[in-house]
Amino acid sequence: MRASKYLRWGCFAAVAMLSACGGRQNQQTMLHPVGPMSGRIESLWWFIFVIAVAVFVIVWIFLAGAAAKRKVQEQLPPDVYPDPSYEQKLLRRVMVATGITVIVLFAILGHSVITSKYMNSLQSKNPVSIQVYGHQWWWEVQYPNPDVSQWVTTANEIHVPVGVPVVLQTGSRDVIHSFWAPNIHGKRDLIPGQSSALWFQVDKEGTYRGQCAEFCGHQHAHMAFYIVAETPEKFQAWLEQQKKPAPEPSNDVLKHGKEVLEKGTCVMCHTVRGTNAGSRLGPDLTHVGSRLSIAAGTLPNNAGSLGGWISDPQAIKPGVRMPPNPMSSEDLQALVAYLQSLK
Amino acid sequence: MSTVDIVSASPGTDATRHERLKDTWGDPPGIRGWFTTVNHKRIGTRYIITAFIFFLLGGILAVLMRLQLARPENHFLNPDQYNQIFTMHGTTMMFLFAVPMMFEALSVYVIPLMVGARNIAFPRLNAFSYYIYVFGGIMLWVAFVYNTGPDVGWFAYVPLSGPAYTPGKRADFWAQMITFTELSALAVAVEISVTIMKLRAPGMSLNRMPMFCWSEFVTALMVIFAMPAVMLSSTMLLMDRLVATHFFNPAEGGDALLYQHLFWFFGHPEVYIIFIPGTGIVSTIIAAFSRRKIFGYLGLVLSTVATGFIGFGVWVHHMFATGLPQLSDNFFTAASLMIVIPTGVQFFCWIATLWSGKLHFELPMWWIGGFFFVFLIGGLTGLMLAAVPLDWQVHDTYFVVAHFHYVLLGGAVFPLFGAIYYWFPKVTGRMLGETLGKWHFWLFFVGFNLTFFPMHILGMRGMPRRIYTYPVEMHWGTVNALETLGASLMGLAVLAFLANVVKSYRSGVMAGANPWLAGTLEWGTSSPPPNYNFLDLPTAGGREPLWENAPDQPVVTGVREDIRAVLVTKPMDAEPDHLTLSPSPTIWPFLAALAVTALFIGSIFTPWAIVWGSVPIAVTLIGWFWPTKKESENKKGMEKWEKK
Amino acid sequence: MGEEVIKRRELYVGDLPTVVFGHRSLIWWGTIGMMAIEGTMFAIVIGSYFYLRTRTTDWPPGLMPPALLWGILNTVVFLLSVVPNQITKKVAEKGQLGPVRIGLVVMCIVGVANLVIRVFEFASLNCQWDANAYASILWFLIGLHTVHLATDWTDTVVLTVLFFTGPIEGKRYMDVSENSDYWYFVVLTWLPIWFVIYFAPRLL
Repeated sequence: MRASKYLRWGCFAAVAMLSACGGRQNQQTMLHPVGPMSGRIESLWWFIFVIAVAVFVIVWIFLAGAAAKRKVQEQLPPDVYPDPSYEQKLLRRVMVATGITVIVLFAILGHSVITSKYMNSLQSKNPVSIQVYGHQWWWEVQYPNPDVSQWVTTANEIHVPVGVPVVLQTGSRDVIHSFWAPNIHGKRDLIPGQSSALWFQVDKEGTYRGQCAEFCGHQHAHMAFYIVAETPEKFQAWLEQQKKPAPEPSNDVLKHGKEVLEKGTCVMCHTVRGTNAGSRLGPDLTHVGSRLSIAAGTLPNNAGSLGGWISDPQAIKPGVRMPPNPMSSEDLQALVAYLQSLK
Repeated sequence: MSTVDIVSASPGTDATRHERLKDTWGDPPGIRGWFTTVNHKRIGTRYIITAFIFFLLGGILAVLMRLQLARPENHFLNPDQYNQIFTMHGTTMMFLFAVPMMFEALSVYVIPLMVGARNIAFPRLNAFSYYIYVFGGIMLWVAFVYNTGPDVGWFAYVPLSGPAYTPGKRADFWAQMITFTELSALAVAVEISVTIMKLRAPGMSLNRMPMFCWSEFVTALMVIFAMPAVMLSSTMLLMDRLVATHFFNPAEGGDALLYQHLFWFFGHPEVYIIFIPGTGIVSTIIAAFSRRKIFGYLGLVLSTVATGFIGFGVWVHHMFATGLPQLSDNFFTAASLMIVIPTGVQFFCWIATLWSGKLHFELPMWWIGGFFFVFLIGGLTGLMLAAVPLDWQVHDTYFVVAHFHYVLLGGAVFPLFGAIYYWFPKVTGRMLGETLGKWHFWLFFVGFNLTFFPMHILGMRGMPRRIYTYPVEMHWGTVNALETLGASLMGLAVLAFLANVVKSYRSGVMAGANPWLAGTLEWGTSSPPPNYNFLDLPTAGGREPLWENAPDQPVVTGVREDIRAVLVTKPMDAEPDHLTLSPSPTIWPFLAALAVTALFIGSIFTPWAIVWGSVPIAVTLIGWFWPTKKESENKKGMEKWEKK
Repeated sequence: MGEEVIKRRELYVGDLPTVVFGHRSLIWWGTIGMMAIEGTMFAIVIGSYFYLRTRTTDWPPGLMPPALLWGILNTVVFLLSVVPNQITKKVAEKGQLGPVRIGLVVMCIVGVANLVIRVFEFASLNCQWDANAYASILWFLIGLHTVHLATDWTDTVVLTVLFFTGPIEGKRYMDVSENSDYWYFVVLTWLPIWFVIYFAPRLL
C-alpha cells in the first residue's frame, strides 16, 4: 500500500516538474504540439513516461527494501549454499518480474507501431507541396508550380495554411542537415543524394521556430527557420505576393540601393527576381523585406541588423559563407533600405 | 589427470620457490625492463593509468563546453574551438577512455589473476597493443594541441567529414586514430578470449567461471565482430579523402548512408562493449558484499550472451531520422526493446542477490547503488528512444545527450569507480580512504544528476546537441547554468578521488591478501600480486573458489619454475591439457608498434607511406617472431611430443 | 627444518605434452581469432559492395566488367595449392624436418605464383579505383585480399628461412601447421571474393 502511494506521489511530482519545464506558448518544444503529428508523439511520450516512472519507483522500492532489511555491520562469512527452497521462491519472483517486463515491452511496442503507422496516414489527402533543401547554414524553401514563372523560392521561412496536410520534399545541397520543428513534427535528416517526404499538418495559427538538428559544421548553431501557419486565405495572399518579382524602387535612395546591389558583389551569390542578380549560392532575396529574420533566424529583420550583417557577417556568424562587404555608409544605408522595401 | 596424494613435487621451501619464480618471471632491471616487459599486471596498470589520464583530459574538455554553454550568446569559445572540443571530448571518452578502460585495461589486469594463470595468453601482443593504443592517443592529442583536432563529431558523418567539406588534416587524424585504437582492442580481444578459453585453472569449468570473466569474454567476442566495421568505414573515409575513391560520394555512385550503417553496425555494439564489463563488475561486487554466491548465475550468463547477440541487431535505431522504410524502423524498434529483457533479468537477479544476502556496505557498494540509480534512468529513456516517432523528436537533442551519459556513466563509470575501490587494494596492497571516498561518491553522484538530468528537459524544449551557443529568447540559459554548476561538482569529485589515490597509495591502510573476504581467485594471492601471480597454481572447486574450495583443495604441481612454463587447459571443463612456454621480455613489440605508428601517421600525408612503411614493420615483426637461442633451448628442454 | 614436510593434495601435470596441434594449442585459437576478425572484414566489404549496387541502375556503371582470364588462373592455382599445403601441415604435425622444408619451399613458390598473377588481375579490372564507387569498392576488395595473401606469403618465407637456419624446436612445427591453416583461410576467402569481383558485375 505504501508503495502505491509513493508511486502515485512520484508520478505526480515528475509530471508537475516536466510540465512546468515545458516552456511558454510558441516556444520550440515538443510538449506544446500544434498539429496531429506532434500531438500523437506527445501522447506516446506520456505513455512511456508514466511506465518509466513506475518502473523506476518499483525497482527502487525493492532495492531500498533489500538495503534496509538485510544490512549488517560486519562482514559475515559467505553463504555458499543458500537455502534451496528460498532460492526457488526467489526464482519464481524473478520469472514473474521478467514476464511483466515482456508484457510492458509489448505495450510500448504496440503503441509505438500504431503511432508510426499514423505518421504515414496523412498521405492520401491532397497536400500543399513544399520543397526544403539544407545548405550550410540556411534553408532553401520552394513552392513548386507547373508554371515556372509562378515558382516561389524563399529562405528560412515556411508559410503553411492551417488545417491542411503539407508534404515537405526534402534534400540537401551539401552535407547532412536535419529539419526539426518540434511543435509540429519530429525531425527528418536531409541527406545529399537522397530525397524524402515528410508529412504534417498545423492546426493552430502561429509562428513556430525550428532548427537544424544534425551537426553540419561551423554554424550549425545558427541554422534556424520559422514555420508561419496562417489561415488559407492569408497563405494564398502571401504566396501570390511571393510569386511577383521584386518591386521597382520608388525613390532615389531605393534606386541607389538597387544599383549597389547590382554592381556590387551581392549578385555573385544571391537572386533578386526582376534585377540582374540571379545566382543561387545564397538565399533568394526577392522578398527579403517580408521575412521575420535574417541569417537563418540569427537576427531580427530590421535596418540595424541588416546593415551589420551586410558589412561584417563574419562577426555575427563566424565561418559563414558570406564575405565581409566594406562599403560607404551611404551605399550601405541605400542597400539596406532597398532590401527592406522588397516585401 | 588424477589427483594424487604425494609429497610436494615442487622442490624447495616456499621462500626459495618464491625467489626462483621471481627471477623467472621478472623483467630486466630499470629502463630496459620498462620497454621490454610482457607482464600483464605492468601493462594492465599502464592501460589503467593511461585510460584514466584520457578520462581526465576528456573531462577538462567537458568543463570547457559547460562553461561556454553556461549562458546564452557566450563568447568564451568560438565555434571552431567548440566544434573541435566536443569532437575531441566524444572521441577521447569513447575510443581512448571507455573501451580501453572497461575492456582492455580491466581485463588485461584482472582476468589472468581471476582464472589463476601466470600470465595472459600472447603477452607480447599485449605489450604491442598497449603501445599502439597510447601512440594513437598521443597522435590525436598532439594534433589537437596544434589546432588540427577533428571537428566533425565523434562519428564523423560524411559528407561533412569528406574531402569536400573538411579540407586539411583534421578528419584524417580522427580516422587514423580509429585504426590505432581498434587495432589495439582487437589484439586484446584475441588475447583475452584465448586466456579465458585456455588458461583457466583446472576445475574452473565454464559453469564455474566468474561473471566478470563471462562479461569480458562476451565483450571480447563483440569486439572481434564489431570493430572491423568501423576500421573499414574509417579506412574508406581516409581513402575518399586521400586517394580520391568515391565510397561516400553520391555524385559518383557512392552513398552517405553506407557510412552510417557501417559506423553504427560497430557503434551500437560499442555501447555494449562498454556496458557489459560494467555488468560483470556489478555482479562481482554484489556477490562479495552480499556475502553469498550470485543469484541466478545461469540467467546472468545467458543474459550477457543474449545482450551480445541482440546488440548487433539494433544499430538502425541511431538512424531512424534518416527516413528509412517504416517496416525496417519497426523491426529495429522491436529489437531495441527486446534487449531490455536480458537487462531486466540481470537487474532482477542482482536485486534477488541483495534481497537474500547479508549486505555489508563498503565504498564499492556505494557505486553499485549509484549504478542502479543512474543506469536505470538511462535504460528507461532508452525505451523512449527505441520508439520511432518519439525518437524523431528527441534524436540529436540534449535529451539524447542526457540519455547516453546516463547509460554510459551509469553503466560504465559508476561500476568502474566501484571496481577501482574494490581492486585498488589488490593492485597496490593498500585500501583507499573512507572519508575522501564518500566525498568522491556524493559529489560525483549529485554533480552528475545536476549536470545531466536537466538535459532531458532541455532536449524536449528544443535544444539540439552540438550547438556552440543559443539565443537568449530560447530561455535555455538558467537550466544550462545549473548544469555547469553540476559539472563543476563532478570536477571536484574527481579531484577528491585523485587526492584519495595519492594519499592512500602512500599511507593507506595495508590491505592483506583478501580485505573483502571475497571468493574469486585473484584474492588468493598476496596484494600486490608477485610477478608470477601465484606461488601454488590454484585449482577451482566452485564458482567462488576461495569460499567453496575444500580445505585440502589440490594445487597444481609439475609446472617448471625455472623457466616460464604455463599450464594450458581444455576450453569446456578446464582439465589440464598441455604445458607451454610463455614468452619472455623483449623490445620487439615496442619497436613494431613504433614502425606501425610511422606507417599510420605517414599514410595521412602520403599513400606511399604504406609501401615504405611496411618494410620496418616486416623487419620488426620478423625480429619479434625469430626465436632467441635461449628461448629455443628452454623450449627444447621441456619438449615432449604427444605419443601417437 | 628438513623434517617439516607439508602434506597437501596435488594435481601433478609434469607429464603433459608440450607440442600439440590443432585446437589444443594456443596459437590455433589465436589464428582463429585473427580469421574471425578478417573474415568479418571481408564479409562487410562484400556487404558494402552489394549495398552500393542498390544505389545505381546499371552495374558496373559505365565500365566494362573485369576480364576473366587471370582471375580464373589464380583461382586454379589457389585450389591446387591446397594439396602441397595439406601435405606440409601433415608432415609438420609428424615433426619430419626434411619434408617440412620441401613443403615450405613449394608453398613459397606457390605464393609467388599467386602474387604475380594478382598483378595481372589488377591490370585486367578494366577500371581505376577513382573512376566511381563501383571501382573503389572493387579495388578495395581485391586489395584487402592481396594484403592477406602477401602477409601469409611473407610468413611462409620467414618460416622457410627459419627451417633452414634454425633454431628449430617443436613450437616451430606448430607454427608451420598454423601457417597452413591460415593459407586455407586465404584460399577460402578468395572464392567468394573472386565470385563477387568477376561474376557479380556480369550477373547483376
